[in-house]
Amino acid sequence: MDKFSTHTGIAAPLKRSAVDTDQIIPAVYLKRVTKTGFEDALFANWRQDPEFLLNQPTFAAASVLVAGPDFGTGSSREHAVWALRDYGFRVVLSPKFADIFRGNAGKQGLVTGVISESDLEAIWAAIDAQPGISMTVDLEAREARIGDLRVAFEIDDYTRWRLLEGLDDIGLTLRNEQAIAQFEARREAWRPRTLPVR
Amino acid sequence: MNIQIPDHPRTLAEKVWDDHLVVKGEDGQPDLIYIDLHLVHEVTSPQAFDGLRAEGRPVRRLDLTIATEDHNTPTLEIDKPIADLTSRTQIETLRRNAAEFGVRLHSLGDKEQGIVHVVGPQLGLTMPGVTVVCGDSHTSTHGAFGAMAFGIGTSEVEHVLATQTLPLKPFKTMAITVEGTLREGVSAKDIILAIIAKIGANGGQGYVLEFRGSAIRALSMEGRMTMCNMSIEAGARAGMIAPDETTFAYLKGRPHAPEGQDWDDAVAYWRTLPSDEGAVYDAEVFLDADELEPFVTWGTNPGQGVSLSGVVPAPADFTDPNERAAAERALEYMDLVPGTPLKDVPVDAVFMGSCTNSRIEDLRQFASIVRGRTKAEGVRVMVVPGSARVRLEAEAEGLDKVFVDFGAEWRFAGCSMCLGMNPDQLAPGERCASTSNRNFEGRQGKGGRTHLVSPLVAAATAVLGRLASPGDLVAQGPAEAHSPVDANSPVEA
Ligand code: SF4
Repeated sequence: MDKFSTHTGIAAPLKRSAVDTDQIIPAVYLKRVTKTGFEDALFANWRQDPEFLLNQPTFAAASVLVAGPDFGTGSSREHAVWALRDYGFRVVLSPKFADIFRGNAGKQGLVTGVISESDLEAIWAAIDAQPGISMTVDLEAREARIGDLRVAFEIDDYTRWRLLEGLDDIGLTLRNEQAIAQFEARREAWRPRTLPVR
Repeated sequence: MNIQIPDHPRTLAEKVWDDHLVVKGEDGQPDLIYIDLHLVHEVTSPQAFDGLRAEGRPVRRLDLTIATEDHNTPTLEIDKPIADLTSRTQIETLRRNAAEFGVRLHSLGDKEQGIVHVVGPQLGLTMPGVTVVCGDSHTSTHGAFGAMAFGIGTSEVEHVLATQTLPLKPFKTMAITVEGTLREGVSAKDIILAIIAKIGANGGQGYVLEFRGSAIRALSMEGRMTMCNMSIEAGARAGMIAPDETTFAYLKGRPHAPEGQDWDDAVAYWRTLPSDEGAVYDAEVFLDADELEPFVTWGTNPGQGVSLSGVVPAPADFTDPNERAAAERALEYMDLVPGTPLKDVPVDAVFMGSCTNSRIEDLRQFASIVRGRTKAEGVRVMVVPGSARVRLEAEAEGLDKVFVDFGAEWRFAGCSMCLGMNPDQLAPGERCASTSNRNFEGRQGKGGRTHLVSPLVAAATAVLGRLASPGDLVAQGPAEAHSPVDANSPVEA
């Protein structure tokens, strides 16, 4: 997982609340056998509509999603995070996230920042005034900057640390590489081995 | 790093846990536990391998990893391409991933192919005092050897592939003591069904169950595997049974069992594993084996079971409102009328198979009842060995002939009708006596109705065409053909 410190990219205003994981990625895409390549699945139903936000050339390359409250509710599917990440989103800002979605996001390198409702309105207004405007998200400072606007966002210390260090669950465990290797060195010879086949 | 072994009396589960501690978690953090054996199959592994690929990570210990194809595999015409697209994609993906990462894989047609939980033990890879994981809830099966074995999710599969460890919080322990001697016709499956009915389908939540007592000691390894396999149906994380001479005898000489000095070292260690005198469990349950009768489920979760000699319960029998509502729904789905004797319930199909009961001993038990008999007319009987090796063993003993003469279908190895993921499925409304482990709505095919039973009960049911125990056959004589029985007429002479 790549380290995250500051990211600058086009901000897309998703003016809906209670966007559930079925909207983020419809169930039919869950049959796939990969963990990557879900960019086409993101908001698949909504993308049928030519007017949909991400179908507008201005926002097609957006990497910061600014959404209404209760983002990521519904089923716990990790695929919702994969789809956002694969599409190119690095950050989602919203006044409220579903817990499981947020937990999954933190493990996959997607920043989820909680902002106030009034800041949400202010950001949306800033984008409306200048569609295609970039936003800078500073994880170190927990601050999002767009035009003259500076907005503080919340993210818990542990998740922030992991994102700054670029540590997914596996990366975190592998920080104990030495302890694992030491354990392996003292494992008894009788323990199972699948190879070689005799 | 120095890991202190506590000096208080410990349970089997605690000992295995302590001996796999890589890092002790502090301040509420999970422990990091080493995994001795990782079993892989096609359903829960694709995304795990893709995750490794995306991060450029290798499989850390190819020598502790083994894969087989089971859930999606057909049990007929196994040399033809798999018809269902999703199934075929999963299988082909596993083959590609195994080749790319170097994982040992037993594919359809290979003599070690089969249900992952049958393959591990038969190769001698599952042993006492080890940790075993697999992206499958019935990994608890391996606990029969005194291993700590549990199912994991796909992200954990990736974690184990990459690190050979898992961050875990310790489980609580529950001792389930079964004392006494089983009556003729009663087997391990009946014990575990009775336990689940007693503690409920969630009664084991958060616990590692340890089965102990004289009735458990008397069980074969196959019987112990049946018990531990279904621990998960009581909601438990794992089930375990302390290793003893039965365990060692089963393991000795298997392809991957230790040899020579390693064997002696292993046995010496294994003998230290049983729970210490005075070890404290978080919960205890007792069951009397002398009283047990063949068991059967009437509902749509494995806790909804009664003695086969009993009747279908009424929702009003349940005081808990949730249980009452669940019973009402289950009876409707199962199309059963309260008060009906279970032995009057006719079946359309009998499924002898699954990781619960598809080992050679299970097939022998089934054969002992159906030998020289003819199946009830109109009942479809499928016998599906758990692995290609079990199939070969059965054929070497001539069991295949017994089954075919009886009128059963003799299939190739796989999960088969345990779950509706491959071509072997019930039609809507069909009723099946099944030796598998889950009777959820639609588990064996959309609209299908499942009664969980032991191999002995499955066999007697296949003979009579209605739920029956071997005792019900006595009056029938061993070797004549039987006409189907009217569900309402008494059979006992
Ligand atoms: S036989 Fe059934 S329970 Fe066992 S692994 Fe296969 S599908 Fe799962």
